[in-house]
Amino acid sequence: MIAESFSVEKGDYLRAGEASTKMKNMLKKLGIGGSVLRRISVAAYEVEMNLVIHSFGGTLSINVDGDYIWLISEDIGPGIPNIENAMREGYSTADEVAQGMGFGAGMGIPNMKRNADIFNIESELNKGTKISMGFLLGGGNGE
Amino acid sequence: MTIEKIVSILDARVLCGEDKLSLVVKSACCSDLMSDVLAFVNEKTLLLTGLTNMHVLRTAEILDLKCIIFARGKVPSDEIIERAKQMNLVVLTANKTMFTCAGLLYEGGLRGAAMTWDEEKEEVK
Repeated sequence: MIAESFSVEKGDYLRAGEASTKMKNMLKKLGIGGSVLRRISVAAYEVEMNLVIHSFGGTLSINVDGDYIWLISEDIGPGIPNIENAMREGYSTADEVAQGMGFGAGMGIPNMKRNADIFNIESELNKGTKISMGFLLGGGNGE
Repeated sequence: MTIEKIVSILDARVLCGEDKLSLVVKSACCSDLMSDVLAFVNEKTLLLTGLTNMHVLRTAEILDLKCIIFARGKVPSDEIIERAKQMNLVVLTANKTMFTCAGLLYEGGLRGAAMTWDEEKEEVK
């Protein structure tokens, strides 16, 4: 199993996206390409932006394990008060700074869910949020 | 359509990638919202935008886009142009609104990029 972890800081818009692009390059070197690479990269970038915009900071990890690639985001809070709302396209609690960057239009979580073959989100207020996404190699969503 | 033709249609200025103007672009997308570009664009297309921050380049990198056109005459910082050079992107700036840029390119024969989730949307209807 190949695994790599990146820490993502709250509000660090300058570096936001670095972890995702590093992951993309890492997967490319492993010979992963096409639609699955695009889907993983888009989901990674969206979840990384969410960590920067909404969380107090967290980690983004990638595990290449057998038939699946797992992308896992874990943060240290503040937690999502209403996951159902957060899952809805167009719903956003992002501030103007995020919107000025071209994000925070309520596409993040729906976009992750669409791209992943397996999507799971758990969140507890004042504790944190964990998003796990599985991508099936050589098949799956959109291939 | 070659990027060279796009430069001529929009009377655009080339900010980097002068050696790649013979590249052929088959479609285009136009948005200031990078989340929407990430959500809907499924082609290695060109991006027309008014946003000039680093996230435009990151979006281009994630989606393997080849050409970015900044509308409304916007010019990004030197740091961004430098990074675009490293990424082998062609970057143009056009002194027209995004609407006019898109209209002129459409008139010239360029069409919108296919959207990722067309089939899914059809089912919802």
